[in-house]
Amino acid sequence: MRMTVVLLSILIYLAAAPLVGLAFEGYDRVVSARMQNRKGPSFFQPLYDLLKLFQKQSIVVNRVQTALVIGFVIFTIFTGCIFFAGGDILLVFFAHSLADMFLILAAYSANSPYSSLGAQREFMQTMAYEPMTLLTAIGFYMTCGSFNVSDVIQQEVPAIVRAPGIFLGFCFTLLIIFRKSPFDLATSHHAHQEMVKGLTQDLAGNIYGLQELGELYASVQMLSVAGLFFICKNPLSYVVAVVAVIVIYFFILLADNIFPRVKWEVMLSSTWVVTFVFGGGNFLILTMLNIAGK
Amino acid sequence: MILLFLFFFTLGMSVLTALLRDEKIRGGVVIVGSIIMMVLDVLFCVWAYLNGVGDNKVLTFLPESGLTEKCTYVFMAGELFLFSLITVLSVKHGKYHCILLSAIGTIPVLWLDITHKAVENLPMLKVDDLTILMFMVVGIVGGLISIYAVGYLHDYHIHHKDVENRSQYFQALLFLFLTAMYGLITSDALSWMFFFWEITSTVSFLLIGYTKKSEAVTNSFRALWMNLLGGCGFMVAILYCALVMHIGSLTELVEAGPRKAGIVIPVVFLSLAAITKSAQMPFSRWLLGAMVAPTPSSALLHSATMVKAGVYLLIRISPLFAGNLGGIMITTIGGFTFFAASLLAISQSDGKKVLAYSTISNLGLITACAGVGQPAATWAAIMLLLFHAVSKSLMFLAVGAVENATGSRDVEDMHGMVVKFPKMAYVMTVGICGMFLAPFGMLVAKWAALKAYIDSNNVMLVMFLVFGSATTMFYWGKWLGKLYAVLHQSERHRDVVHKSEWQVMYCLTALIVSLCALFPMIGTVFVQPVLSQSFGQTVGTIISDNDIRVMLMMLIMIGLMPVLAAFLIRNRKEKMTMAYMAGVNAGDDRHFIDSLGGIRPSYLSNWYMEEWFGEKRILNPSLYLSATAVTVMMIVAVGGAL
Repeated sequence: MRMTVVLLSILIYLAAAPLVGLAFEGYDRVVSARMQNRKGPSFFQPLYDLLKLFQKQSIVVNRVQTALVIGFVIFTIFTGCIFFAGGDILLVFFAHSLADMFLILAAYSANSPYSSLGAQREFMQTMAYEPMTLLTAIGFYMTCGSFNVSDVIQQEVPAIVRAPGIFLGFCFTLLIIFRKSPFDLATSHHAHQEMVKGLTQDLAGNIYGLQELGELYASVQMLSVAGLFFICKNPLSYVVAVVAVIVIYFFILLADNIFPRVKWEVMLSSTWVVTFVFGGGNFLILTMLNIAGK
Repeated sequence: MILLFLFFFTLGMSVLTALLRDEKIRGGVVIVGSIIMMVLDVLFCVWAYLNGVGDNKVLTFLPESGLTEKCTYVFMAGELFLFSLITVLSVKHGKYHCILLSAIGTIPVLWLDITHKAVENLPMLKVDDLTILMFMVVGIVGGLISIYAVGYLHDYHIHHKDVENRSQYFQALLFLFLTAMYGLITSDALSWMFFFWEITSTVSFLLIGYTKKSEAVTNSFRALWMNLLGGCGFMVAILYCALVMHIGSLTELVEAGPRKAGIVIPVVFLSLAAITKSAQMPFSRWLLGAMVAPTPSSALLHSATMVKAGVYLLIRISPLFAGNLGGIMITTIGGFTFFAASLLAISQSDGKKVLAYSTISNLGLITACAGVGQPAATWAAIMLLLFHAVSKSLMFLAVGAVENATGSRDVEDMHGMVVKFPKMAYVMTVGICGMFLAPFGMLVAKWAALKAYIDSNNVMLVMFLVFGSATTMFYWGKWLGKLYAVLHQSERHRDVVHKSEWQVMYCLTALIVSLCALFPMIGTVFVQPVLSQSFGQTVGTIISDNDIRVMLMMLIMIGLMPVLAAFLIRNRKEKMTMAYMAGVNAGDDRHFIDSLGGIRPSYLSNWYMEEWFGEKRILNPSLYLSATAVTVMMIVAVGGAL
């Protein structure tokens, strides 16, 4: 029985994640256009972009890069499978950084100034957000006594009730994870961000399409972690989680659009301060509660 | 019997290599000898295991009192010899403070032995599962490094004509060191352990000064005084144990339990000895300085074995850290060192310095784990020790081989290794991934450490760990990235690395991968029994089977990746193009046309963020902070106990 549920959720994830990801990207395009007072592309534009990329001729700088991008996609999908199979959240984050490492190596392998710079930035970004993602996993553990997603969703009370600080901290890092400004390290699809891309500069054609597909899986995973904060035993909580994720995404877009550029120094220090204050503070309180509870 | 034989064989090897002048013969003897040593080592482990060490039994050796007495005299003579050696060298170089420290450490212990105030008639040697694990590390890693040293030293003296060729002395010291290490991990009597402890300090000092250059001499004396200070701490612990508590061995000390009155005093002083030996802040600088020594000694002493003696001692006494000030001191220092040293590693581009800081940082993590005083944390400490020894020695050897082959050990110069020197790039990839990436060893152990910190409600340690692992990722990741830059049309480096060196590196690479697959078994067979003995409670599973299965899957996937990728891109029609340089490429990937129309080479550097994480900004504050912390906590702990 349990095995079937696990397999089913993995299958649904594999099939639906790109669509969900595309929907969020479409939502991004539409909302961002409205915020900037322009008409903007249609909701389906990301889908057209992706399909077009897959039809294009593949142009590469070297073959090592292709292999590494394939590695990135495989491990990103694998990471999601661990999550949707109800696995260990810490392991999800570890696998996520392994996948990310493949992408960074792909950028390094291009040996071009832009890719190389993008790779350094990506490392910096990962260094900025990783403490918070680890604390997020710890937060789930503190609220329900287990790192497993399958146990987290069986809780009586959703995690957000006892870990609001950790939730806020995690949302802050989502800005970096989704490569959005206010940090000028972003590399998304918008013209108001940087003109020349970093990390993915030397990817083109269907290999680039593959990388985009991987990114879609990755963003669905991260949004699911955000949603997990709202999920408990009650089936209605899933609806709440979906609404919450849409709202969170809106705020991410808002932040992306209203903040002027911020330099990486500010990114690193502000993220670490937020992690320390919100994440660490919340964790401290949870620990005290646990000690008092015993 | 095997133990004694192993011990004397290694000692004999040391004497033999010192006597053999001819380089070729000596090389052969060293290789054969190291192999025999490794075989004996494994035989001993098997023998000990068959004699019931695996089933919660401890083998102790209580030689008849006549023999013990003779040994004690030999050790006393040895201590006097070390003392006079240090005195002579210190006078020669005008470093008189070392004489004082050596005297403070040696004389009281001698007095204790002569006046028979020491606790006698106790098992001097002890073999349990932890000893076996340490034997594996010391014997196998040590043996491999000795073999590697043969080829390395040959090349080293070709490249460094200004250094006097004393390679027989070097190799003899390596074997002497291994002998001392064997002694250290089998001793249960504190005074015996202390003797071997001092030998390792002295050998390390001699090896750092190998080149006799002024920098090497300065650094070697720095290492000496710090380690001698630690020795003084050890001495105070021995004196207190013998005179006040009538305890003469580690086992008795641990059995006394953390609640016994006054126990915090020996614990704090032993910790002081351990943090100097394991180069924890504020004593971290000697390990950086030690990097002037030829690579085999960095690999053997300063990453795989000697610095592990400190954390080994901490692991031994870790039950005593539960809920006292000694534990708080050790966890604070360890956690802080883990974080601060990983920040410092970001700003370094010299490969050996990155490795040195990373060693300090990882030792900090092990120290912190041991200081928690809970079985699960100690499990993580032992695992970290094991994985770190193997991965780090491989990295040192690889950097040494690169330096001999290309003339530089700077990470920046390793740009494009995957094209220029593919074999080496793959070996290094395993070494680097083994240090920080899932599903490899160190990460597993870090994971266990994280869980243990959370369960022991240690918020501060968790914060150090989450921030420290992010910074660790940064400095390893950018090194790994450098290797993978594909530089078109570049010449391959000539592979001048000796065959024996390659074989050693391949062995270590295979060890890292197999350890990843085997760690659950090592955990249940070796580590859990140790913990059950020393903590007196059974230890459950640390990482669940489910997670292990997922990790194994990842390992297999990574193994299959190259094959799969090669298959997928086999028949692809791809158009090759040049890297993007905003349209100003000058015909290849490496040059661009500047604003005046001239052609310039492009240079892609990693980020070192000097103004953020540089030694200038971080090192001194960290040292002052940790020095203050150690001093204050020692005073409070000792004052409180008295």
